[in-house]
Amino acid sequence: MSIHRSHILVCSGSNCTLRASVPVRMALRAAIADQGLDKEFKVIETGCFGLCQEGPIMVIYPEGIHYCGVQPDDIDEIVETHLKKGRVVNRLLYRGEAEQEVTLPSTPFYQRQHRVVLRNVGAVDPENIEESLARDGYQGLAKALDTMSPRDVVQTMLDSGLQGRGGAGFPAGRKWDFTLRASGEPKYVVCNADEGEPGTSKDRLILEGDPHAVIEGMAIAGYAVGASQGFIYIRGEYQLSLQRFRKAVEQAREYGLLGSDILGSGFSFNVEVRSGAGAYVCGEETALLNSLEGRRGEPRYKPPFPANEGLWGKPTLINNVETLANAAPILMHGAQWYRSLGSEDCPGTKVFTLSGDVANRGLIEVPMGITLREIVEDIGGGIPGGRQFKMAQIGGTSGGCIPAEHLDIPIDIPHLDDVGASLGSGALLIVDDSHCMVDLSKTFLHFFAHESCGQCTPCREGTMLMRKLVDGIAAGSGTRKDLELLERITATMRKASLCGLGQTAPTPVLTALRYFSDEYEAHIDSGHCISGACGVAVGGMKS
Amino acid sequence: MIMLCSCREVKIVREDVKEAVQRCGREKHQLLEILGQLQKGTNFLERDTLVAVAEELDLPLAEVYGTATFYSLYSTKPRGRYVVRVCESAPCHIDGAADILAAVKAHLGVAVDETTDDSQFTLETTSCLGVCSVGPAMMINDEVYGNLTPDRAVEILQSHN
Repeated sequence: MSIHRSHILVCSGSNCTLRASVPVRMALRAAIADQGLDKEFKVIETGCFGLCQEGPIMVIYPEGIHYCGVQPDDIDEIVETHLKKGRVVNRLLYRGEAEQEVTLPSTPFYQRQHRVVLRNVGAVDPENIEESLARDGYQGLAKALDTMSPRDVVQTMLDSGLQGRGGAGFPAGRKWDFTLRASGEPKYVVCNADEGEPGTSKDRLILEGDPHAVIEGMAIAGYAVGASQGFIYIRGEYQLSLQRFRKAVEQAREYGLLGSDILGSGFSFNVEVRSGAGAYVCGEETALLNSLEGRRGEPRYKPPFPANEGLWGKPTLINNVETLANAAPILMHGAQWYRSLGSEDCPGTKVFTLSGDVANRGLIEVPMGITLREIVEDIGGGIPGGRQFKMAQIGGTSGGCIPAEHLDIPIDIPHLDDVGASLGSGALLIVDDSHCMVDLSKTFLHFFAHESCGQCTPCREGTMLMRKLVDGIAAGSGTRKDLELLERITATMRKASLCGLGQTAPTPVLTALRYFSDEYEAHIDSGHCISGACGVAVGGMKS
Repeated sequence: MIMLCSCREVKIVREDVKEAVQRCGREKHQLLEILGQLQKGTNFLERDTLVAVAEELDLPLAEVYGTATFYSLYSTKPRGRYVVRVCESAPCHIDGAADILAAVKAHLGVAVDETTDDSQFTLETTSCLGVCSVGPAMMINDEVYGNLTPDRAVEILQSHN
């Protein structure tokens, strides 16, 4: 193996790729080769560094100098000034509040974060398994196979208190326990990577940045519950994730970390990669199982739960990407360590994608219990353009809208429940005071009316009725009675819908009505829309 | 093999279906994968294709049709060479997705779910593409584009002619 005096990491995550990180990488490699420096400098493609707003991101080691917004035209200067003369190119440094931040960990963006799931994302080349292995990849699996019984593994997961990170927040260890106890052969492990919740792309960036963490988690889960076959169902739109994950599975097989008799333990496990085909409802676990079986992705009645009757009617453990990526660190460091992170009711960390009207958009991992204000102001860098914070929608389009009066709320399941919101899947959409809540509600409801699978009446009809009512209010033809009707429909949907889609679709509208009822009333009573986005007369009376 | 045809660029024939089934496997759970592969050349699934798949997998046509029409990435109606999907989820919406959609509509001269007369472009809207840090975004076939402005969206469309 050759040794280079410097490693240059260039982000190849989706967001930086859309900001031209591929031409940057090509130009850098070409310039290094032209100057005959290829024995000294190695260019490595990594996953997401998190600071997507500032992409493409480049980090040069050993110093750890962090450049933002690098374009192909900047490469000559980086090579001449930094690589050859050892001087920092100041104009490309991240600009923090007071001064330029030279390294990533020195930025306020990083200081409040705690990276467990994202431990290797941005640090390794996701297409080279050896880089994962050099950073403790598959050590959790090795420990489980060498020193723990399946029951020990399940007990550790139970003790850790890890709650499912896909949206519902069900204790992960209990699912593992149910599946271990279930009778029936064979058993399956399914990784839910059908990340469709608007505003959420954390699973995508985990899959793109550290696929081996997910493969390892699936193998640990297989050992724990007694399954030798795993499936991962990745959203069809996520082409880069599919491609990287397939490659990672091949490499894990070559290295004997998947396949028969893994690490001489007698345990065998394989992973098959499947692609979705565009259906939000397939993120619901039983709909996903139907889709894996080659059917329409309609949710099933529960019970029976997948732990007893899942894929092809067999006991199936189905967990989200982030949940599974937590398994190896929990086994390596222990349940008590995991409980020491986060809040009492919600141990551990949570990965979010921060989007909307915030200075630093991107991928973050924070301890549970951090306040919304800390995320928005410290990590997010506040609201740009001299605007004010209006609300944060947490958990995606099916999540609640939290107004400024609750900015100090700790982010965990019980506290969010108190304000009518839920933790959800990991989206955090920040909205400033230039936007109208009725207009945003319209967007939410058009989404649900489109994505409802139509199988059960409360959701199929409810989503369409809600859309119609809110469209009417936005257009200036709504009445106060519509608001009452809206509340009645939402109550029915929450109680009577078959799956989480219909049960949670009312959440954003209910919280919008709870915290921003004045805006709804203004549209109805005086035709006033603060942003002018709605069809009503801006700032004036309805004619 | 995928045949060239004068009316549309490519046409799926029985051999393509057999080949896809052979490649993916005959089990029912491979249906989505098979449909996905068969759609690659034409961007839509013709009735004849669905009939052939149903026969090859020994499934009722209704079931194959039901599955094909459930998922938004499949279409049973003819679509253009390029399927343009403009994101209209909340994060792109607050970044001005409505202006992008309006510019794309005006440039192509079609409404959502319509195809241009020359069969080059079909315009669709899509839910979140998961690139919210660089919104507004759109996808053309398998390629995602971010940081759009109305002008940039039109430039990108022009580069696809």
